[in-house]
Amino acid sequence: MTALVSLLSRVGLWGRGVVVAIPYLWLLLFFLVPFLIVFGISFAESIIAQPPYSSLVEWQVDPDADTSKLQILLNITNYFRLAGDDLYILAYLNSVKIALVTTLLCLLVGYPMAYAIAKADPARRGPLMMLVILPFWTSFLIRIYAWIGILKGNGVISNLLEWAGITSGPVEILYSDWAVYIGMTYCYLPFMVLPLYSTLEKMDPTLLEAAADLGSRPFKSFLSITLPLSLPGIVAGSLLVFIPAVGEFVTPELLGGPDTLMIGRVLWNEFFSNRDWPVASAVAIALLLVLVVPIMIFQHIQGKQAEAGK
Amino acid sequence: MAGQPIRKPTRLEPWQDPGQAPYVRIEKVTKTFGDFVAVDEVSLSIYRNEFFALLGGSGSGKTTLLRMLAGFEQPTEGKIFIDGVDMAGIPPYERPVNMMFQSYALFPHMTVEQNVAFGLRQDGVAKAEIRDRVEEMLGLVQLAAFGKRRPHQLSGGQRQRVALARSLVKRPKLLLLDEPLGALDKKLRERTQFELVNIQEKLGITFIVVTHDQEEAMTMSSRIAVMNHGVIAQVGTPTEIYEYPHTRFVAEFIGSINMFDGRVVEANGDQVLVASEEAGCELLIAHATPAPAGSPVSVAIRPEKILLSKEPPAGETGVGEGRNRTTGIVREIAYLGDVSIYLVQLPTGKTVRVTAPNVTRRTEMPITWEDEVTLSWRPFAGVVLTQ
Repeated sequence: MTALVSLLSRVGLWGRGVVVAIPYLWLLLFFLVPFLIVFGISFAESIIAQPPYSSLVEWQVDPDADTSKLQILLNITNYFRLAGDDLYILAYLNSVKIALVTTLLCLLVGYPMAYAIAKADPARRGPLMMLVILPFWTSFLIRIYAWIGILKGNGVISNLLEWAGITSGPVEILYSDWAVYIGMTYCYLPFMVLPLYSTLEKMDPTLLEAAADLGSRPFKSFLSITLPLSLPGIVAGSLLVFIPAVGEFVTPELLGGPDTLMIGRVLWNEFFSNRDWPVASAVAIALLLVLVVPIMIFQHIQGKQAEAGK
Repeated sequence: MAGQPIRKPTRLEPWQDPGQAPYVRIEKVTKTFGDFVAVDEVSLSIYRNEFFALLGGSGSGKTTLLRMLAGFEQPTEGKIFIDGVDMAGIPPYERPVNMMFQSYALFPHMTVEQNVAFGLRQDGVAKAEIRDRVEEMLGLVQLAAFGKRRPHQLSGGQRQRVALARSLVKRPKLLLLDEPLGALDKKLRERTQFELVNIQEKLGITFIVVTHDQEEAMTMSSRIAVMNHGVIAQVGTPTEIYEYPHTRFVAEFIGSINMFDGRVVEANGDQVLVASEEAGCELLIAHATPAPAGSPVSVAIRPEKILLSKEPPAGETGVGEGRNRTTGIVREIAYLGDVSIYLVQLPTGKTVRVTAPNVTRRTEMPITWEDEVTLSWRPFAGVVLTQ
């Protein structure tokens, strides 16, 4: 055992090194390598074969000229197709739009929730946060199916509106953009509430007293003190909602209408219905680029905060 | 002892002038949190330009009283008047009062300038005037060069001064300070005490300071209210509080003191003679509150008012034989540089604390461990406490 320790410490791979190396190795094997494979496929050509794409590298032997060539064929038409076909551009734009609306709705619903929990009696904060996380204990799919029951014509909401006399017939909310917004806001709300709560809870309440003491009314104090100080939580929460929401597939598939075009759906169709792996891969790479921008913004803001200390 | 008031003796004493109306009037204010009575029927009058200290240990209710003045808490019972106006139901942002917080509560996302300007911006003061007044305030607290910094880039002492500037910039008539020097180290605290007093005199603002540090209260304030368990034990000038404590609590809270339990032998005008077994002698006290003969009392004598000598002091003491004089053995000596503290054990077992200035060098100290010494004091040294 001691021999092993000394050996490992000699190569600098003991303790901290191992702890860091294991997750990096995991990410390398199961994230970076598959990503590179997908990136490679996105430059291939679709063929009817197993696997359904051409090889990028080809060894060509010409017996007449007595030459042999290693050819690397990069097919960039997949990307041109993405740029040229309205379907893809619309799907991207629509995905970004739905993700933005979802993020905004999560923020509007989640901020007051996080604020109320952070301001609640300390003994009650734990149970209240537990309630926010509780839905995770049920399968995501089951919860989405439950929403179908709530949103469909003759569903819970429809019947309630009819019973109250607000509408005369059944109301169909299901299979529309609004159903997608409702479903996605519901799904991603905890991701917004958690980071918001943690920043709001850390805020020193005497800052608000100081503001009041200096003549600031409660709402103005909220705008000039609470809101700017909770900005890191708003940014973190928004990115945690926006990034997965752009690529969301299940919710729009189940709740959305036939014209709810999202990039996740297009990806699924290209991959499983059309069996066009190269185009599907190109769609995935482009989606990644759309997401990298907000991630970089997030990193930049986090870096700036670490720099500012506190 | 630190209890030398730095206040000029010529300073006006508005609380002794019946024609003066108090600026802050607290009338029978009670504050309860559930079953806990934080402040219990407190009445106080504080006058214009006073530097008033609320002194007490933790849980004495001093901070709760201050927070009620600022408007962060509402009294359960009683009334608070500031400049004659009943403050009931008036929110903090409409009170003519500013507060300096114990934690300073500086806004971390604003620069020093923005922090100081915050109060003026709430009042809609013109931009140019805000700039001038912020500059003036930062000059006053000697932070003119630090306006663009953020609070986390400042030292503790600098933050304290930003907090002071921010609470003064609106030119309040009344400034509340919650443990203003609590987070500073000893040297800085002493210097800042004088700065605070100077600023207060220069601007002519009424200061109410909450502190648990008796030395701080003694140095800075015109009057002190000693608080204990939600009630005011005594209100008076630092000298009154130190020299004439009304109760055992006040006597023991401020500085250190020797207590001798005994019974009144005779009371002749304001002269009281007390027999104390603990002291091993009779104690004659001049200018005492009269107490009936036979009643149990405590006699309190400050350590610096007891004379320590190896030989019994020669000549007549003027109080009679066997009075205000006892003997004991030196058990402990603590050398503090300027003074030494002697713990002298009397034959009765009672330990008496005596402080004496080190007039001579340490090596030439005439009194040392296990010496038999005589303790003596003048009739005006003691205070008779009936509670």
